[in-house]
Order: sequence, then structure tokens, then C-alpha cells
Amino acid sequence: MSQSTNEAVVMTGGVSAEPGMRVYNQKLGMWVFLASEVMFFTGLIGAYIILRFGTDAWALPGIPLEEGGTPLAIQLTALNTFLLICSSVTMVKAFAAIEHGDQKGLRLFLVLTVLLGATFVGVQVFEYIQLAHEGFLPRCAEELAAVVPNCNLFGSTFYTMTGFHGTHVSIGVLCLIWVTVKAFRGAYSRENHGGVEVVGLYWHFVDLVWIILFTIVYLI
Amino acid sequence: MSSTEDSPMTSAETKKPNYYLIWFLLFVLTMVEVGLAYVSALPRNFLILILLALALWKATLVAMYYMHLKYERLRLILVATAPIPLAIILVLGILLEYAQ
Repeated sequence: MSQSTNEAVVMTGGVSAEPGMRVYNQKLGMWVFLASEVMFFTGLIGAYIILRFGTDAWALPGIPLEEGGTPLAIQLTALNTFLLICSSVTMVKAFAAIEHGDQKGLRLFLVLTVLLGATFVGVQVFEYIQLAHEGFLPRCAEELAAVVPNCNLFGSTFYTMTGFHGTHVSIGVLCLIWVTVKAFRGAYSRENHGGVEVVGLYWHFVDLVWIILFTIVYLI
Repeated sequence: MSSTEDSPMTSAETKKPNYYLIWFLLFVLTMVEVGLAYVSALPRNFLILILLALALWKATLVAMYYMHLKYERLRLILVATAPIPLAIILVLGILLEYAQ
């Protein structure tokens, strides 16, 4: 072991880490990936701003649909946002549990996180089905296009942004299922739980992105 | 995979925020946001600013306390926040174009 590596081990309380960053590789890799994801979603938001501010009118919350209101079910999505926030707290509690070697707590909170995440995806699919049934699509039904300002543009941006986020959530749920299965097999311990932390970082990021998207797409 | 590579950082272990308090704050802020969105009495631009500020506040809470960024070393914080100035430049650049 080189001198610089030795120094890094000492600086992290006995945990081996990259000499430069003093963070283990998987965690550093996840943070770099998340940094790239920030730019990905910023690109989507930038495109949304261009398309929205380039038009003269947009569907707004708080007014009836016939007067140019939004066809989106804000209360339902607010509930879904609450579910995702709850899944973030169960995820961080799972991490806190295994930090203390609490296997039972880890498994319980991971299962809860998977259930909450899957419910979020389920509610989003339900929302899509309802909206499609009402004619709100990237190409809106004629009767809806007559009352919703720039309905096709609104629909396109809505499905693009929420669709990409929903894909991220779905991938996150699959990763969480994998981590949960490993947890039930006893793969994690107080000394070795990097997998829980790395997947947790991804999950919290998905929550963070939704917090921004919910405000931009649904409330503004 | 060696055990040392799997070992998580110890920095986040030593300090623990009250996760449920953060959760409650996020819940309250979400309710305030949804309530404000239905208040048509406020000027539209003012409302948008408030809603964006609340969303950024919530996102910061998640990053700092649930992702433990507050307790990480400065070097990792710099890596994690590196794209934020670029994101701000992109969004502000677009908005300024429409403001002209």
C-alpha cells in the first residue's frame, strides 16, 4: 500500500478510500452520475421553459378547465409526491438501521421503500390512463384541444418530463428490489453496507427531481 | 469485491439529523405549495417565485439531510454541486432571452 493510500485510510477512520477524494469508488461514481443527471433534467426543464414562454397562453391550476385550467389531477399528484417523500424517509431509515447493524430495521424499511416507490409508479400509470381516457395526450383530443391552451405542446412536455422521471423511479424500484433481496440474504452488515447507501443516494435524487418537476409542471 | 471497497463513509454515521422532522417539514412545504397554487389572488409572477423558492428549499433539505451532503467532505460536496452553477446559467440564460 502506498503512502498516499495509507494516509487516505487513516483520514477515513480505517475505511479504505480513493486517495484523492477519500470516498469509496461506488459512492463517488454515483455522485458523478447524479451530477450528470442534474444536467439531463436541466436540459428538459430548459426545453420546457423555451416551449412554454414561447407561447401566449398555458393551462393553469386553480381555474376551471373550460376557462383554460389544467386537465392534470393536482390533488392526486400531491398525494403521490407525499408518497415519494415518505419513501425517502424510509430509505434513509434503512441506511441508519444498517449503520447500527440492525438487520430487521434494514429489511423493514427497504420493503416499505419498495412498496412506496412501486405505489408511486402505479399512481402515475393510473394518472396516465385517466388523462389518456380524457383525451390529454401529446396530440390532444379535439374537444380538449378546444379548451386547453396549446394542449398538444402541454401534453408533449408533460409526458416527456414526467415520463423520463417515471422511468428513473421504475429503475430505482428495480434496484431497490435487488438490494432488498440481498438484505434478506444477509449481504449487508454494519461494516459493509455501501450498496444500501449508493442505491439510497439514487433514490433520494429521484425524490429531489420530482420535487422540482411537480412544482414546475403541475403548480406553475 | 473487497470489503474495503464496500465500506461506506463514516462521516455520515457520526452525525444524525432528525429524519422525521425533515419529513414533516417536507410534507408541510408541499401542502403550502399546493395551497398557494390555487390562490389566484396573488400576482402570477410573485406566485411563481414563491413556488420555486419552496421547491428549491425542499430539494435542498433532501440533498443536505437525506443524502447527507451536509456531513460530507468538501471535495465530495464540490463534485456533487459542480453542475448546479451550469444549470443556473442555462436556465437564467433562457429566461433572460425571453425577458428581452
